[in-house]
Amino acid sequence: MKDLKKSFFIALWFMLLTFPIMVIRVNTIEKVIEWRWRNMALVGIGSFLLSFVWRLLLDRNERGRKLADGKNPEHRAIGGHPFEESRIYRPTLAAAALIAIAFPFLFSSYQTNIMTTALIYVMLGLGLNIVVGLAGLLDLGYVAFYAVGAYSYALLNHHFGLGFWVALPVGALLGALFGILLGFPVLRLRGDYLAIVTLGFGEIIRLILENWNTFSFGPSGISNIPRPGLFGVTLSLHEATVYLYFLMIILCLFTIFVVNRLRDSRIGRAWIALREDEVACEAMGIDKTRTKLTAFALGATWAGMVGVIFAAKTTFINPASFTFMESAMILSIVVLGGMGSILGVILGAFLLILTPEYLRAFSAYRMLLFGTTMVLMMIFRPQGIVTNIRRVYRFAAKGKGDEPAQM
Amino acid sequence: MDYFLELLIGGLTRGSIYALIALGYTMVYGIIELINFAHGEIYMIGAFTALIVASVLTMNGMTGVSVLILASIVAVLYASAYGFTVEKIAYRPLRRAPRLSPLISAIGMSIFLQNYVLIAQTSDFLPFPSLLPALPFMETYSHIIGSAELIIILTTAAATVALTLFIKFTRLGKAMRATAQDRNMALLVGVNVNRVISNTFIVGSALAAIGGILIASHVGRINFSIGFIAGIKAFTAAVLGGIGSIPGAVLGGLVLGWTESFATGYVSSDYEDVFAFCLLVLILVFRPAGLLGRSAARKV
Repeated sequence: MKDLKKSFFIALWFMLLTFPIMVIRVNTIEKVIEWRWRNMALVGIGSFLLSFVWRLLLDRNERGRKLADGKNPEHRAIGGHPFEESRIYRPTLAAAALIAIAFPFLFSSYQTNIMTTALIYVMLGLGLNIVVGLAGLLDLGYVAFYAVGAYSYALLNHHFGLGFWVALPVGALLGALFGILLGFPVLRLRGDYLAIVTLGFGEIIRLILENWNTFSFGPSGISNIPRPGLFGVTLSLHEATVYLYFLMIILCLFTIFVVNRLRDSRIGRAWIALREDEVACEAMGIDKTRTKLTAFALGATWAGMVGVIFAAKTTFINPASFTFMESAMILSIVVLGGMGSILGVILGAFLLILTPEYLRAFSAYRMLLFGTTMVLMMIFRPQGIVTNIRRVYRFAAKGKGDEPAQM
Repeated sequence: MDYFLELLIGGLTRGSIYALIALGYTMVYGIIELINFAHGEIYMIGAFTALIVASVLTMNGMTGVSVLILASIVAVLYASAYGFTVEKIAYRPLRRAPRLSPLISAIGMSIFLQNYVLIAQTSDFLPFPSLLPALPFMETYSHIIGSAELIIILTTAAATVALTLFIKFTRLGKAMRATAQDRNMALLVGVNVNRVISNTFIVGSALAAIGGILIASHVGRINFSIGFIAGIKAFTAAVLGGIGSIPGAVLGGLVLGWTESFATGYVSSDYEDVFAFCLLVLILVFRPAGLLGRSAARKV
């Protein structure tokens, strides 16, 4: 009864709160006011019901936290990860590989194109994951490096006729260079300042691309960027799409391999340590600036590389593709998937890119959903869809000594 | 000389608006150490509410200053309500979470609010009625300063003074300062910290709404995305002056306004926003504590 009353007042509050924006729409030119009372009813009913769910989830969260405080944290993670079991893991992997290979032959080139886009975001997400997920540096201007990659291919091709395969490493290098250039001065800053500076940097890059007409052809962008070549063979449009798709698959596998190896390397462990506690990390003798800079530069390298592929895929780029919303989207992929988890980022990218593509009715609400997802994930499941499992080494309780075990 | 004066006044006007929004950032940051990304959106919602109310009123036959006053009151109330609600939904459950979590939640909230207005209203630029009255005695100076500009500058000054007095002398202001200094200690001496934080959001949002109305009736058009750039610039102003400091936010706003005004006036108008961002990067790199801020050594 008390809950009912509370929810009733919440519904009333939201109806009042959303009243001017949701109900009234004025057309100042024709001087008509449109009253949309139906929206008000919807808001009321919606917030009434949602407030119950909200309370329930918050309660559960609170209880979960109390449980976790009391217990040994190790008990929580056990059994939480089916993908570590090789019996489930191997067939799943095989099935995924089969689907990936068969996909372009089963579906139209339109579908293949969408899939390629999703794979582009997988790579971007994995790149940003190095910076945000592993090293814990919130980079809101990630799209700037993506733009650097895309424009370096487009411009090098326009002026010097450079091909895709030459531009790919060049774009990656330029991305890394910009990453270091930006990272050098700003990495001394604390987390939230860093977020703002990177955001500012992203906007600077976009604004320069938009306004420096003689260099970047301004808002009209650059068109006729050639698709990637295959030893001089001319491909039809469909073949080119399929070719690009497989190229992306290979590059994604390469990315996964590299990120995986990086995570387990000395530098990767340094990143994670830095994310957890900077002061303790410094005390252990880790060079803070250099470690952060490596993370930043490596993340930027990936963005630069994907930028080149993006330019080659769309064959046309302009600054409008590199807005802050793009950065936010990549960030929400990482957040949704689970910061630091490779599998999570892949799932997150597919979920966020494919869902709006296939549910057309959704697409207007796409950004709205991204925003909501980011808030809700932070509150209810900050570890993401896939919890990143920490590798721990335990001594067996009895006798046998230091047999490594994973949890 | 006239051109210089024009730029000076233009920068002052612009800077006043930044200062009004920056005050909200600075207060929130001072208290919970969070960059409230959704603050720019609150400003946008304030402007939208004012536009809607003002349009409804004028279409029902009201004119003159009463429209301005009514629209402003409603807009300020609504913006405060939004600020309060946003804090309650997106930040309060994350009080004890790691620092990155509320920040990401704030970005999510900002994206959500932008798209909420986009879907519920329109993506087009809407013409905003010039609500600010033309003062007759300003005629003689109109080549240097318009009456709208004068009103903006005076309002900002009044709001800043009022806020300073509020923080200095009222009970709530004292509680805010206590919470900003040490939240746990404030709890111990009986300050209702949650309520203080809510009130901080309310006051900050109200100031942002005033800024929203002023700038919208000065510029004459708004759309759903105005909050984003304004928010970042206001944040720049807050950082410039030293985040957490109220006179710092005003000084930062003015410096930023003048920088933009003179840079666009004497260098190039294409890169208006670039100057602001460059200033931000430079400040953070060379003087992260800001102009009036004190850099506190962090104890471990």
